[in-house]
Amino acid sequence: MPDRIQRKKSERQNEEVIEAEVAPADSPALDDLDDLLDEIDEILEENAEEFVRSYVQKGGE
Amino acid sequence: MAVPKVCGLETEYGILVRGADNNPVTASALLINAYTGAATEQVAFDLIAEDPRRDARSPDPLDPYEFDPELEYTPVNAVLTNGARYYVDHAHPEMSTPEVRTPQEAVVWDRAGEEIIRDSLKAAQLLIPDGAELLVHKNNSDGKGNSYGCHENYLVDRSLPFGKVISAVMAHFVTRQVFAGAGKVGCEFPGAQWNSVGFQLSQRADFFEEEVGLETTVRRPIVNTRDEPHCDASKYRRLHVIAGDANMSEIATFLKVASTAMLLAAVEDNPTMEMPALANPVRAITQVSHDPSLQALISTYDGTTVRAIEVQWQLFEIARAWVEQTGCDAVGAQDCALALHHWENILSGLESNPASVADRVDWVAKQRLINAYAERHQLAPGSAALRAIDLQYHDMRPSKGLAARCGLLSLVDPAEVDRAKTKPPESTRAYFRGRCVERFGNDVIAANWDSMVFDLGSDPLRRVPMDDPLRGTAELVANVIDNSASAVELVAALAEPIR
Repeated sequence: MPDRIQRKKSERQNEEVIEAEVAPADSPALDDLDDLLDEIDEILEENAEEFVRSYVQKGGE
Repeated sequence: MAVPKVCGLETEYGILVRGADNNPVTASALLINAYTGAATEQVAFDLIAEDPRRDARSPDPLDPYEFDPELEYTPVNAVLTNGARYYVDHAHPEMSTPEVRTPQEAVVWDRAGEEIIRDSLKAAQLLIPDGAELLVHKNNSDGKGNSYGCHENYLVDRSLPFGKVISAVMAHFVTRQVFAGAGKVGCEFPGAQWNSVGFQLSQRADFFEEEVGLETTVRRPIVNTRDEPHCDASKYRRLHVIAGDANMSEIATFLKVASTAMLLAAVEDNPTMEMPALANPVRAITQVSHDPSLQALISTYDGTTVRAIEVQWQLFEIARAWVEQTGCDAVGAQDCALALHHWENILSGLESNPASVADRVDWVAKQRLINAYAERHQLAPGSAALRAIDLQYHDMRPSKGLAARCGLLSLVDPAEVDRAKTKPPESTRAYFRGRCVERFGNDVIAANWDSMVFDLGSDPLRRVPMDDPLRGTAELVANVIDNSASAVELVAALAEPIR
């Protein structure tokens, strides 16, 4: 529905109030994947196979 | 007229002990006692007034043969000074936030709940044998067909027929997973192959078998009819929502609560409003979840097909029109403006470039990690390391949790979250509950959502009713509590007409 989106973009109110709370779409947080993957290599459960196998929960609610 | 959308979240956490006896009930009790034991007072939560079998669709008592009552074993059941209930539910630690008045407050006290879990973990780790380890996850599934919930609660006008409540939320609960899904590797749909779905939007969608119903543990319904208002039943309902994931993203939690609250209020204000209606919501909830491309077509009640995001745009427009036309007092103007802003941006982002919402939407954040890790190590879909990443996304240990590392934006001030670990919201009766536990905990012998029971020594036990969630606020009772030197003085002062 591109027409609807277009229209809303021109109508946005409150933009100035809340703009600061949202980083732009290409925020640095989204670009640092290599560093994050290095970190996952370090902290991922050592024996993933065993960890996943032993992760059993009872149903709840 | 829309009633104020007092709301709250109940989160059951996954729990696991490694290197010692892995009994989830005793582990949950240990976790909670490690925390409350360190606190000064402990007040028990009183279950007497609970009746989870009452059904919103019928005023008649239930046929006992039709419904197997849940036997609740609650070895540990505490009320905290922030007004929350922290207890063992079945085989999980559960945190019920205090009742709050706005979606942003819901995020603050949900996040405070997470921090209390982290404090509990730290304290409990000292109490278990050397070499053993306690793990807690804010997730909703073990990947093996066992699910546990993150429930939401909303105050609804009793005069709105329940059929209208259903129409207000059904299409939303089926489609809001596009922004509120927490993501999952594999498929747990009964009878389906585990690897028939590589990655899906929601932790919970595989577990819904009915459109509307009373149960929460079997034959789960998309709209739950539990009619247990915990307040004046002649004025209000409490809509008990079980069709949602526990979110790690603060913005996802916020938008999940705010969007639902706005749609309920919009239908309260205009009960004749046409809401989007789906032909087969139970089928659609898994169709939507199993399709990260977001292109799946679901059938509408009037015989057409539509994508989940298109339904979300319709609901967004309904909420926006309601905000523009009513002034949105029931939810709060600032919260509504913020919610519409995020709702619009996230839907636009999901349509144009889904990766752009990886800082706000849990399933996108998780999928991005899993895809990148699979590529780096040449892993097949569904391999153990990827399933471990799925679980570890929700890990509450600061040294292990992946959600905290992948660049999710925050919504609320960490200092406010820290304060909310011990302080109640000021805008609901949770203020009275929390402050009484804080100041007169020794004399409070039981607390429920809608009452407190005091032991004043010589007199019979005194029950203070809290039938209205909007009374007992700081504005109404802070002075009385502050000026009472004892529970005796407090109860005497409350006997004056202040409520």
